[in-house]
Amino acid sequence: MRNLIDIKDLSVTEIEELIKVAEDIMQNPDKYSEKCKHKKLATLFFEPSTRTRLSFEAAMMELGGNVIGFSSADSSSTSKGESVSDTIRTVGCYSDIIAMRHPKEGAPLVASTKTTVPIINAGDGGHNHPTQTLTDLLTIYCEKKRLNNLTIGLCGDLKFGRTVHSLITAMSRYENIKFVFISPEELKIPTYVKVNSNIDYIETKDIEEYIDKLDILYMTRVQKERFFNEEDYLRLKDYYILDKEKLEKAKKDLCIMHPLPRVNEISTEVDDDPRACYFKQVAYGKYIRMALLLKLLDIK
Amino acid sequence: MINIDSIENGIVIDHIQAKKSLEIYEALNLGELDCPVAMITNARSKKMGKKDIIKIAQNIDLDLNILGYIDPNITINIIKNDKRVDKYHVELPKEIVNIAECKNPRCITSIEHELDQVFILTDKENKTYRCKYCEAKVVKN
Repeated sequence: MRNLIDIKDLSVTEIEELIKVAEDIMQNPDKYSEKCKHKKLATLFFEPSTRTRLSFEAAMMELGGNVIGFSSADSSSTSKGESVSDTIRTVGCYSDIIAMRHPKEGAPLVASTKTTVPIINAGDGGHNHPTQTLTDLLTIYCEKKRLNNLTIGLCGDLKFGRTVHSLITAMSRYENIKFVFISPEELKIPTYVKVNSNIDYIETKDIEEYIDKLDILYMTRVQKERFFNEEDYLRLKDYYILDKEKLEKAKKDLCIMHPLPRVNEISTEVDDDPRACYFKQVAYGKYIRMALLLKLLDIK
Repeated sequence: MINIDSIENGIVIDHIQAKKSLEIYEALNLGELDCPVAMITNARSKKMGKKDIIKIAQNIDLDLNILGYIDPNITINIIKNDKRVDKYHVELPKEIVNIAECKNPRCITSIEHELDQVFILTDKENKTYRCKYCEAKVVKN
């Protein structure tokens, strides 16, 4: 039995295999339409989500499986005071695999010790979000045809942005990757992320300073739910707004990504730009999750 | 100077930073032992000025690695038949359990109190321990 708690749980080879399977699913969806027949995925979302939950559910349905679960803590026994451990022990009796999102960091790791069914971390607070990272890797691979020799700009909330931390960890394993961290002082990338990943990087507050050097521009939302102080959130939420003007100096084949949901950080006028890849990214998310479900359920 | 008898067989934990012996006494659960245990605080030390010492009058199997986390300068002396037969510094333990508490309010341990508080050594050079669950850095008291 395998779990996916942290992107580091997967080797580079395993990620390559997942990408290959995802590509094959995209090209031959019919071949996979009954692979998970009679299997049940439980989606336990203790925190709201649109894309991740629906993507997991759509992935399982397209593999011919079934889905059970809940979409908020209020509609589970958590509202009666049940612990994560007890909820997982219970759901483990009804399902073959569990995807869970929880606001508390480390909750999926705890869950993985309480059941014999595979656990997928679908986001734990500001900590990890490995399936978003897999989505990002598939997007980069499909759009750039490589995972090495890239300059990647990460912009916005680099402090609490779990997708950013996981992406850095994942990309640091490939050759010749340069990062440009673009954030206000208060939302700078934590030192441990930079140190642990042993990466080549530059930091700036100015989104336009290095935009002409970027192959990927990964925008992020300043997340209201990560702030204890409303004032700080209001001050920082519109710090960066990517628009047509800012993109003037950018490369013609720049790939603009965003884990979504977007608030104001990418102007809607950018949506029609051929470099905008964030809605394609959503589609890639379903295919890589299909590949992951197959892998963790050990279905060839 | 108060005299504390030397021990015939046992363990002497020496060069403890002054006033830290109680923390070690509790971390090693020495209160649970049946044998005599002496805790000396503010003893004179040429090297440290003041130091604490703990003497345990029995050679028992204790997990002393935790001392490396509390204070890596501590010396362990093993006494057999009135003679010191071994003297060493303990290494930093790879993992510490229920010695420190995670201060991250977003950590799962902040709501699930039955969980062990586990910290992993992530950077030996800088003696950094991080929470097993949320990876927050340990904050020493």
